[in-house]
Amino acid sequence: QNDDCRTLSLSAHVGFDSLPDQLMKKSIKQGFCFNILCIGETGIGKSALINSLFNRDFEDPPSTHFLPSVQLRTQTYELQESNVLLKLTIVNTVGFGDQMNKGDSYQPIVEYIDAQFEAYLQEELKIIRSLFSYHDTRIHVCLYFISPTGRSLKTLDLLTMRSLDSKVNIIPIIGKADSISKTELQEFKSKIMSELVSNGIQIYQFPTDDETVSEINTITNGHLPFAVVGSTEKVNIGNKMVRARQYPWGIVKVENENHCDTVKLRKMLCTNMEDLREKTHAQHYELYRRCRLEELGFRDIGPKTKPVSLQEAYEAKRHKFYLELQRKEERIKQRFVQRVKDKAAMLKEAEQKVQTKFECLTLMHQEEELKLEEEKKVLEDEIAEFIEKKATAELLPSQAPVSTPVVNLKRQELQKVSA
Amino acid sequence: AGPVESKKEAAMSELVPEPRQKPVVPMKPMGINASLLGYIGIDTIIEQMRKKTMKTGFDFNIMVVGQSGLGKSTLVNTLFKSQVSRKSSGWNREEKIPKTVEIKAIGHVIEEGGVKMKLTVIDTPGFGDQINNENCWEPIEKYINEQYEKFLKEEVNIARKKRIPDTRVHCCLYFISPTGHSLRPLDLEFMKHLSKVVNIIPVIAKADTMTLEEKTEFKQRVRKELEVNGIEFYPQKEFDEDLEDKTENDKIRQESMPFAVVGSDKEYQVNGKRVLGRKTPWGIIEVENLSHCEFALLRDFVIRTHLQDLKEVTHNIHYETYRAKRLNDNGGLPPMTVETEENHESNL
Repeated sequence: QNDDCRTLSLSAHVGFDSLPDQLMKKSIKQGFCFNILCIGETGIGKSALINSLFNRDFEDPPSTHFLPSVQLRTQTYELQESNVLLKLTIVNTVGFGDQMNKGDSYQPIVEYIDAQFEAYLQEELKIIRSLFSYHDTRIHVCLYFISPTGRSLKTLDLLTMRSLDSKVNIIPIIGKADSISKTELQEFKSKIMSELVSNGIQIYQFPTDDETVSEINTITNGHLPFAVVGSTEKVNIGNKMVRARQYPWGIVKVENENHCDTVKLRKMLCTNMEDLREKTHAQHYELYRRCRLEELGFRDIGPKTKPVSLQEAYEAKRHKFYLELQRKEERIKQRFVQRVKDKAAMLKEAEQKVQTKFECLTLMHQEEELKLEEEKKVLEDEIAEFIEKKATAELLPSQAPVSTPVVNLKRQELQKVSA
Repeated sequence: AGPVESKKEAAMSELVPEPRQKPVVPMKPMGINASLLGYIGIDTIIEQMRKKTMKTGFDFNIMVVGQSGLGKSTLVNTLFKSQVSRKSSGWNREEKIPKTVEIKAIGHVIEEGGVKMKLTVIDTPGFGDQINNENCWEPIEKYINEQYEKFLKEEVNIARKKRIPDTRVHCCLYFISPTGHSLRPLDLEFMKHLSKVVNIIPVIAKADTMTLEEKTEFKQRVRKELEVNGIEFYPQKEFDEDLEDKTENDKIRQESMPFAVVGSDKEYQVNGKRVLGRKTPWGIIEVENLSHCEFALLRDFVIRTHLQDLKEVTHNIHYETYRAKRLNDNGGLPPMTVETEENHESNL
């Protein structure tokens, strides 16, 4: 249908060059999301740097060195500059590098990053979804803080960065860089970069394909890793309050590019924010999604090497699942019916028992009754006999003395009977 | 009110190439906010996004539906100021009207002010032209759904393309005959069915056959009929995002739409200026003159203010509705399949 695409020339102004503006207007209304992950040892200056980068005083209480495992602390802030609303999320590692055994230190971090991808994937796979209003929590950039030892990278650094470089854009930075002298710094930087290269670790490269920024970005790529200094305190210099660190031998100004690379880092983060977001979505997220779906058993090519779509596989799985559900339902139904039957049988049995008991008792009562009747009859006979005897005794008054014992006897008998 | 007025004025002096519209978005930090806290540079993200979108370019797919002879091709040519339509890409006016509705999509690449656009015009010859027009909207609905299906298939692949080609219909211009009475049953049936799957913009064609009063009355009646029949044309009330959108769109919905348009690709001299128009014994109808017809309003609405929104509503709402329905259908394949087995894309 759509095969020929001719290039046309316009005879007059149509007006669709306002399209980017229409798009910008909508994006501004929606607002932007940016998520930064800071990995670094406790006390290396992560919070101070974030405060300096965004020139805000974000609240972040200092943490202890005694956490049993690495944890992640997330905080979201809303920043506004002219009419751009930015939802900034900072994720800090807490307790990184403090444990005796650091073998698992990178695990919680990898799990966190994967969890954000998973959440997005789940939303994308939902039947009724709202992707355009989804709060994106995927990490767009990872600032990895290297200790200013002046020598080389630590094993922990290599291990962590290697497990993260295919999942997130890594920008390596040297924390507390004011403890290194200028000459040592240059050597340190080259050592770090060569170690990263020789270990095959992919760090984020600032894009050089657009002519307007390629020059700046190429230069910046050569400045990596950024040697940063951050400060939460402000010092009064020349009637202005600037972020700085005051030492007896001088003042290190955070915003001075001769003193440290903090301003460079800020500039590069801001001017490449969109590229960082795009790489996260188009590269890291897609990779995660592909691996995850393959894990779940979906393929683009079926067993007979005929292309199978996710759709088909998904529907086949749903069908299978649906049949499973039906089978389970059947089983439950049958069990239920069986239970009902059993209960009914039990009840019937109990009823039977009660019935037999009742009949037994009735029988017993009847027998008792009969017995009692008999005894009653016996007693009645005796009474009748006695009355007869009494009657005959009264007819023989002369035999009084003799009758006395007889009467006494009779009396005793009467007493016995009446008792 | 400000930008709308200036657009109207711009419409008057149309053929003089206009200086590029000033961007709505200020790019440098402003005033107090910056100096208090120091400028960070977050607002440069707008410029970055703009650069990115200019590089990738835009897709826009517009469909025109209406009986033959209503001036659809001419209108599209007038809208995009070039020979876009079927009429000029080789279709002979003497050709017979097709026996069923055909769907003809032709792509063009146009560029203006550094912005590259791939414009696809989808024509529907044969619509409403048969003796028996029952269900003649079905091929159109089928085509629209096929484009959603194509997009869904790409989206659902494991290894996805970086940029999925967008062939979904962003806007459907429906041409109403200027009878002066009311809508026809075919009009109502079409719009009822299709307003649920695509953005429909109803347009009164060949509006030069009506006087101003007739036009106003006809528009009112059409609006009433659409409301009574529950037809939600674009911009749909339920998708107004905020108060600003609502007030702007309410005005368009309740006063301007449906736009009564006249199209032309011929130029005439009027008051010393070259204008697009139609020459009649009783005067020249200037297409871009707001007192003559509402073409300029339609053009501004579709191209200069709501183009991005048309695409977003198509993607975020119509496409999502299609996708949700499709994924909910229990097993079974849809009755329509785009590819045949030879195409090796037996993905569905």
